[in-house]
Amino acid sequence: MVKIMYASITKKIVMSLVGLFLTSFLVVHMSINLLILFDDTRQLFNEAAHFMATNPFIQTFQWILFIGFIVHIILGLVLQIQNWMARPVGYDRKGSSEMSFFSKYMIHTGAIVFIFLLLHFANFFVKAKFGHLEEITYDSGTFEDLGILVVQLFQDGGYVAFYVIAILLLGFHLEHGFQSAFQSLGLNHNKYTPVIKVVGTLFSIAITLGYIAIPLVIYFS
Amino acid sequence: MDLTLKIWRQASGLDKGKFVNYKVGNISHDASFLEMLDILNEELVIKGDDPVAFDHDCREGICGACSLYINGRPHGPDRGITTCQMHMRNFKDGETIVIEPWRAKPFPVIKDLMVDRTAFDKIIQAGGFVSVRTGGVPDANAIAIPKHDADLAMDAAACIGCGACVAACKNASAMLFVSAKVSQFALLPQGRPEAHERVQKMVAKMDELGFGNCTNTYACEAECPKEISVANIARMNREFLTAKIVAQKA
Ligand code: HEM
Ligand code: FES
Repeated sequence: MVKIMYASITKKIVMSLVGLFLTSFLVVHMSINLLILFDDTRQLFNEAAHFMATNPFIQTFQWILFIGFIVHIILGLVLQIQNWMARPVGYDRKGSSEMSFFSKYMIHTGAIVFIFLLLHFANFFVKAKFGHLEEITYDSGTFEDLGILVVQLFQDGGYVAFYVIAILLLGFHLEHGFQSAFQSLGLNHNKYTPVIKVVGTLFSIAITLGYIAIPLVIYFS
Repeated sequence: MDLTLKIWRQASGLDKGKFVNYKVGNISHDASFLEMLDILNEELVIKGDDPVAFDHDCREGICGACSLYINGRPHGPDRGITTCQMHMRNFKDGETIVIEPWRAKPFPVIKDLMVDRTAFDKIIQAGGFVSVRTGGVPDANAIAIPKHDADLAMDAAACIGCGACVAACKNASAMLFVSAKVSQFALLPQGRPEAHERVQKMVAKMDELGFGNCTNTYACEAECPKEISVANIARMNREFLTAKIVAQKA
């Protein structure tokens, strides 16, 4: 059905635009998360969380983000199923000529990230939105203490391990995805493409380390 | 050198097919891969067995007829050459060589290692040409073309349509082939008048035939005997996007 409606390239272009949009969200989310490491009272983090939860622009954006995830996941599945169907009989000797290693595992890394997202959603988003959080008072006012939720969750070694693994896989997803998105959009140029590839790798490493630092620092301190 | 060949045998498209092991001995390092298969086939014929069917024609790397997925690589080891240009010095004495046909839904097996690549012809028929009217011979220098563009167009036109890109791709995608054919025209002024129509029709045909999508794994470029660059794929995506946006409704 989708195949009849949208050309392969159309799907890839949408996929890449949504992928880059999700990537930008990762940066914002990580910046806020990192605030929790900067003070013991979690004031910076709680204030930022309060801002994100009440700002009307962010609140609207949240829905666009939500739709973005759904589109990315549905298109990813459709593309992958078509790709599997294109080779009904496989090879005895599997090829390994790829020049972008993690491209072979986009659906696998994506699937784990998806499971992680569901868990993450239940742990933080649902509790922050619908659950009852304790309040904490600073000189700037009284805020819901979302930070304490984070600190408590990251006492659990199993959860920390899963968090770290999922983020690592997200890093792999991005290592291929970042430069791939530019190629899908037709942005390949002998001057800029080598730069994009290096930036993509450095960016994935930065995102991975940034996210992983939080549970590790909390768990071990 | 003595070798064991693990070859895919399949009597016809309807047959299920299976791997059969053959021993060949006394093969020269200087023999070409196809000569080695010729020797095997002669032995099979003498024994009264059915020779192994495989595609070949020019045997000098220009026609695109030869194929073969050898030890997990289209056109075997070594970069930038076709199977017919590959020599036995790439293998070790006593080695087992696995030989399979191209695997893709749009490339059904005809017999043994031969597959039907008509799908590529259909994509060309959908738009891979320039319509010209007959008449007087135009002046060769009437249209100025930058050297750089002409070179890129020639690089794209080096594609011999062998299908190694499809065979190498984990998704059996034909994007490198189609993008080379789109690019060789898109880069030249003679190709511009039909450019928008061409890219849309060729991509539509490629999708309809059941080739996979592009994940930018770039195995195609690594295995292409003509070393066609994936920059062509980006160019095609660009052409496709512009066509979708600016082309008038048909
Ligand atoms: C924060 C989360 C995510 C980010 C930032 C992200 C980012 C990206 C980017 C930039 C691409 C490259 C697009 C292209 O090549 O055009 C991509 C591809 C892909 N993503 Fe994600 N992604 C995320 C989550 C997911 C999830 C949850 C799935 C679940 C199925 C998924 C599945 C895929 C697949 C299958 C591809 C490859 C598509 C193809 O080229 O065939 N991604 N992603
Ligand atoms: S037989 Fe012509 S290219 Fe190999």
